Amino acid sequence: MQQAEAIASSPIQNLPFTQRPLFRVVQRTLFYLMMVALGLVFAGPLLWMLSTSLKTDPQVYTVPPIWIPNPVRLINYPEALSSRPFGTYTFNTLRYGIGAVAGALISNTLVAYGFARIRWPGRDIFFIICLSTMMIPFQVRMIPLYLTFKNLGWLNTYLPLIVPTFLGVNAYYTFLLRQFFLTIPSELSDAARVDGCTELGILIRIILPLAKPALAVIGLLQFMFAWDNYIGPLIYLNSEDLYPIALGLQQFRTMFQEELMWPYMMAASTATAAPVIILYFFVQRTFVEGISITGLKG
Amino acid sequence: MPQNWTPAQTRSLLKGLAFISPWLVGFAGFVLYPIAASAYYSLTRYDVLRPARFIGLENYIELFGKDEIFRSVLGNTVYLVVLGVPAGLIVAFLLASLLNREMKLRPLFRTIFFLPVLVPAVASAEVWRWVYNTNYGVINSFIKSWGLAVIPFISSMELAKPSLILIHVWAQGTAIVIFLAALQDVPSSLMDAAEVDGANALQRFWHVTIPICTPAILFVMLTGMIGMFQYFTLGWLLTQGGPNNSTEFFSLYLYRNAFQFFKMGYASAQAWILFIIILAFTLLIFRSSARWVYYAGESD
Repeated sequence: MQQAEAIASSPIQNLPFTQRPLFRVVQRTLFYLMMVALGLVFAGPLLWMLSTSLKTDPQVYTVPPIWIPNPVRLINYPEALSSRPFGTYTFNTLRYGIGAVAGALISNTLVAYGFARIRWPGRDIFFIICLSTMMIPFQVRMIPLYLTFKNLGWLNTYLPLIVPTFLGVNAYYTFLLRQFFLTIPSELSDAARVDGCTELGILIRIILPLAKPALAVIGLLQFMFAWDNYIGPLIYLNSEDLYPIALGLQQFRTMFQEELMWPYMMAASTATAAPVIILYFFVQRTFVEGISITGLKG
Repeated sequence: MPQNWTPAQTRSLLKGLAFISPWLVGFAGFVLYPIAASAYYSLTRYDVLRPARFIGLENYIELFGKDEIFRSVLGNTVYLVVLGVPAGLIVAFLLASLLNREMKLRPLFRTIFFLPVLVPAVASAEVWRWVYNTNYGVINSFIKSWGLAVIPFISSMELAKPSLILIHVWAQGTAIVIFLAALQDVPSSLMDAAEVDGANALQRFWHVTIPICTPAILFVMLTGMIGMFQYFTLGWLLTQGGPNNSTEFFSLYLYRNAFQFFKMGYASAQAWILFIIILAFTLLIFRSSARWVYYAGESD
């Protein structure tokens, strides 16, 4: 009773220091200041890229630097992108990217189904072997793969970049899909089995419609990988008319002399990054969910 | 096949194998065969034009005995992994913890911290080349205007590796998303109990939040370590191993030996050394994880 009266008479003084309103306000303000500062630091390089891509030459060489270009030189974009066959680069990336996405989706669906929805002797051993391949560095396989593809006459084609995806060699995707398939109640498949449905029928009619979000994640990750992949095309492709965007941007770089090319270079870089970023905004939720599935159950 | 198997078991085995058959073919052709072939090539001298010639352990002896560059390559790579992986992990975890708090504009902040990982490596290399530019890059341009000495980020032997690590720390989007998911799983009942027991915010973070998130930390640490040992694109594009071999990392030197000098045998030996180092680090982390990773499902 005494305590209650004391609180009523001077509520603020009796609260612990860290719960007083003024402390809370100061704490909150400092927190937001820090978030804004961190946000600016992390966004800085990309803002700098965007800003430079819209500058005229004199604005690029100003000390201290300016962030908001005036005048805005939008024509940097068409000028930069037409000085090299960026259309071809993009088309090439799409061509091999779509092939790789199809491969990853088809093969990993089948393999993950075999690992998640059918009980068979030896399954767990095979699954552990499959997972442990994630530890093998690409460098160990790189040279024999190159020599094999060379002997098959596949160099300077997209086959070395597409065919392996049809054989489910990316264990990360298999793992992700398997985890997702495991969350689907087995009663659904059992009922279908009783009705005489084959395993392939169950996969196509029951599992796939439910697994759309997981498939979207794998498709997206594989597509982004294709867009980003540099060392693969570097090893397997040598004629420029086959170059994907990653090699194309490097080709573009070699055209210009250092110091005299920054607005063009940044316009081309922005154009290279933009499709992936725009794609991300459309599928943000699926994507974030997909990454968290693997992290949580890893 | 054991005799006492029922036909149903055999049938399920065949069904299972049929479904994983794409992987079986891929595993044999694109994993097992290349590994075996690379082990063999590592014992040969092979320039692609002439057939491989068996030379025993000579490549390994040369790598460890005579190759001075290889010694600095090993040092550079270990530097990158030992400093870069923890640096990225700590920054990602702190950013995720900040994002996990109640705040306005959370989606915006989350997007900002996530965005760098979406930028393709080739574009990222160009952006940072320009950010790090000694004359008009955004950092040095400010420094110059204050009359201070410019920072030779990627053009000095001392700063080149830290500068590359800084780029890695910037692009932690994947780890942040994984940590955010783990942080949302921290039971609020546990946090409340700790608070009632008189633990302050820092103690709660250290004794409750971090232990609950250790499985996610282990995952990020392992994948980060394996990836970092194979660090290639940014180093290849930004510093080409220079200045003075200070950023010549394992994959760069290996690529150079294989595809510029056409020493396929020599490069294969390096690949195997890399493989063994990665295995050793993986085992080390797994072994130690028994002591620091907490699984909520376990009862002890």
